This record gives sequence, structure tokens and C-alpha cells, in this order.
Amino acid sequence: MTPLLEAAGLQLRFGRITALEDVSLTLWPSEVVAIVGESGSGKSSLLRVLSGLQRPDAGRILYRGADGSLHDVPALSEATRRRLMRSEWGFVFQNPRDALRFSVSAGANVGERLMAAGWRHYGRIRQEVAQWLARVEIDPARIDDDPARFSGGMQQRLQIARSLITRPRLVFMDEPTGGLDVSVQARLLDLIRGLVADLGLAVLLVTHDIAAARLLAHRIMVMRGGRVVEEGLTDRVLDDPQHPYTQLLVSSVLAA
Amino acid sequence: MQEVLRIEGLAKTFTLHLQGGARIVALDGVSLSVAAGECVALAGPSGAGKSTLMRCVWGSYGAGAGRILLRHAGGEIDLARADARSLREIRRTAIGYVSQFLRVIPRVPALEIVAEPMIAAGMAAEEARERARALLLRLNLPEALHALPPATFSGGEQQRVNLARGFGPPRRLLLLDEPTASLDPANAEVVVGLIEEAKRAGVAILGIFHDQAVRDRVADRLFELHPVRERA
Repeated sequence: MTPLLEAAGLQLRFGRITALEDVSLTLWPSEVVAIVGESGSGKSSLLRVLSGLQRPDAGRILYRGADGSLHDVPALSEATRRRLMRSEWGFVFQNPRDALRFSVSAGANVGERLMAAGWRHYGRIRQEVAQWLARVEIDPARIDDDPARFSGGMQQRLQIARSLITRPRLVFMDEPTGGLDVSVQARLLDLIRGLVADLGLAVLLVTHDIAAARLLAHRIMVMRGGRVVEEGLTDRVLDDPQHPYTQLLVSSVLAA
Repeated sequence: MQEVLRIEGLAKTFTLHLQGGARIVALDGVSLSVAAGECVALAGPSGAGKSTLMRCVWGSYGAGAGRILLRHAGGEIDLARADARSLREIRRTAIGYVSQFLRVIPRVPALEIVAEPMIAAGMAAEEARERARALLLRLNLPEALHALPPATFSGGEQQRVNLARGFGPPRRLLLLDEPTASLDPANAEVVVGLIEEAKRAGVAILGIFHDQAVRDRVADRLFELHPVRERA
């Protein structure tokens, strides 16, 4: 087996602020890696750099495509990057508004990903969309509803259906449970956990929620000030943290 | 008897950065081995490092020094130095760990929690669910509970789910941390039976048994751990 994504020596600065300092990461197929840290730790910058949205000042990122070819992510042409984002990559943003269009129906939001992937038969698209709505626990009868009238949790589940319906191999998630009520968060995390396992997805999950990382991730990377201060198996990092910052992070969480 | 696990000079110190860098020496130069079909019981007072030693073997604690050698896939792997990916693979295929408490996953039914490591280890889903069902019934967990998530179960019921999960897949090494702690005598008896079967199947077992009657029946030998301070 070969890694899906390999990054080494990533550097990124904004003026005098260091966003990333010598960050390296290897992600294997079907592996879920959580990147945890507080605001400003560089975790969201890392996600943007790894997904080609932001070019690093230095370092290399290689993505191995479904056809086995190696892509140099920072050097991707806009056309190739768009193709990957439509097919092999998925995104789940903290704010569903960043992914959904509120001018069209819930079903259209999910179905347009299939159309972009080349599906043409309207009936089959609608059928597939209905199945995915059910899979993310949205009543398929609401397929023609306006997503603006959905609750925050439902909008987030709709975004997940939109992102996963094309069966991406690699999903970037940025605080997917961020703005939600605690009870809604638990349900969403559990839904994500089930889907990720069933579909065998590789996931890069940025979160400040240690419980979410514990539930979803196989491995954890702890970031602070643009650097990875600790990484390893999820239970190793959380049960036997070595770095002072990781110890602080873990001790700040109520035992659940 | 073939050696499955050999621990050499294992040391573990915790540095508590939030308490001014206080250092707690939990293990200092522990060496022991466990053979196929053998059950070794860790003994010693509370605070002697019994659970710490188990967690170092499981990998949820990092070893400070020493080697933890597991015979695996025709060779030997040092768990003290294995990377996260290798440890995951070892957990999937070779080592089982029954901790004192079940880490409940929300909304996942008991049967699926038990079947999951068997499926991960390569068993067909139907076969895994059938074995999960049989194990839960053997541990006196009625069928009506199998489809429910164990979050609302009693401590003893959760422990039995945990045991079924641990004894489900074929293993080379089983780590049992107080497997009968919250069980009544009838269920403790079932666990003794499961341990005896595992031993006959050649599984190496390292355990902590609070219940001395259980320990005397399943353990082939005791390995005494002493709190590090007293040993100095």
C-alpha cells in the first residue's frame, strides 16, 4: 500500500506571523487523522495548504490519484484541482453556507455533485440523492425543500451528503461540528463515524474538539504556533500526552 | 512452549508538566515473558504499575525504555518502537485488550461493538455477528439487549460486552485488566471458561485478576510487581 497524501517541510508565513513551520504528514488510504489545536495554531492553514487552496512558501505535497498517478499539489493546474475537488476529494466546512446554495432545493444541492461527475439520467440522480438523504438521516420527502429552512444540524448533514455522494477517496473536514448544539454534535459525529467506516474514507479532520478526535480519528497531530508538537495513535496522544501543551489540552477536557 | 511476548527492561516515567514537571516513576526495568497457551497474572499492590505495564504493551502508553517484543507474522516486532500504523495493524490482527471499562460509542448496538473487531480482523460479517451473538448469550446478556447501544447498560453488562469484544477475534496475545471485577460469580465462571479455551487455543494471556479464586484457577504463574519507590 502507498500513502494517499504525503507532505514534508511545509512552511507558510503571513507577514511576521508563522502559520506553518516545518510540518510533515503522511496520510494512508482509509486513515482518519485529526489535527487538533487552538485558534491560530495553524491547523486550518494546514488544511488549506494540503488541499491546494493555499500555496505554501516551502515544502512538498504529493497526492496519489485513483489512477496511481502522483500529483504535485501546490503545482496543480486550476483545471486539475477542480477535477480532483469534483471527484476524488470532498470538503466539509464548519459553516454549511460555504458549501450549500440556498437558491436551489436540498436535492439539487446534493444532485449537482453527481451531475458535475457526469451523471445525466434525471431519475437515477433523484433516486441516488433520495438514498443519500436517508443515509444522512434527512427525510427523503424533503428533497424539494429549501435548505435555508433546515436546522443547522440538518444543513450540516446535507453538506455531508453533497460531499460524499460522489464517493471521494479523501475528505477534508474543517470543524464539521463547530457551530452546533452539543446534542446535535453527538449525532453528527456518530453519523460521520459510521459513514467514514462504511465507505473506507481517508479523512483529514481539523478540530479543537478532543472528544470528536477521540471518536473519529486513528491518529492525532497536535499543533501549536504552526508546529506539530506531538503526534501518534489517538489513544496514545490522549492517554499518555508528552508535550506540556498536549497535557494542558487533554486536562482541560471533562472526562466523558 | 513458544514465547509470544518478551518484555526486557521496560521503564515508564510520567512527567507532569502541569505540576511543575513532577516525575512519577511507574515502571523501572521490568522483564517478563509469556508463552503461547500460558496465562501470567500480574500481582502486586495498587500503584505497583500493573495497569501501566498492560497499557505499554497495548500501546496506549509509550514505553520510556526497554523492549516489548511480540512474535508476529513469522518475525518479531518491538512494540516499544513501533509506529502508529504498525500498532494499529498489530491491534487489528494480533493483540486484544479488555480494559475495565467499555468505551461506549454512541448509537452503536452491543452486537456491532462485539462484531466490529472480528470483521476488522477479516472474518465475514455474518459469521462475526453470529459469533458475537453466541458470545453475548454465553455471557448471559439476553438477546433483547443485543440491538441496543450499551450506554444505558449497567457496569456489569458493559463489562460483559467488553469481554465478548475482547474474546471475539482470534488473537495471539490477550491483555485482561480485571476482567471479572464487576461480575457476579456465575458470569465470572463464564469468563474462566473463556480464558481456559483461549489458553487451549494457544493464546498467550497477561492479566490482572483482583479476584483471587479466579486468578488461582486461570494463572499458570504470578509475576510480582513492586511500587518503584519501595524497591529503591
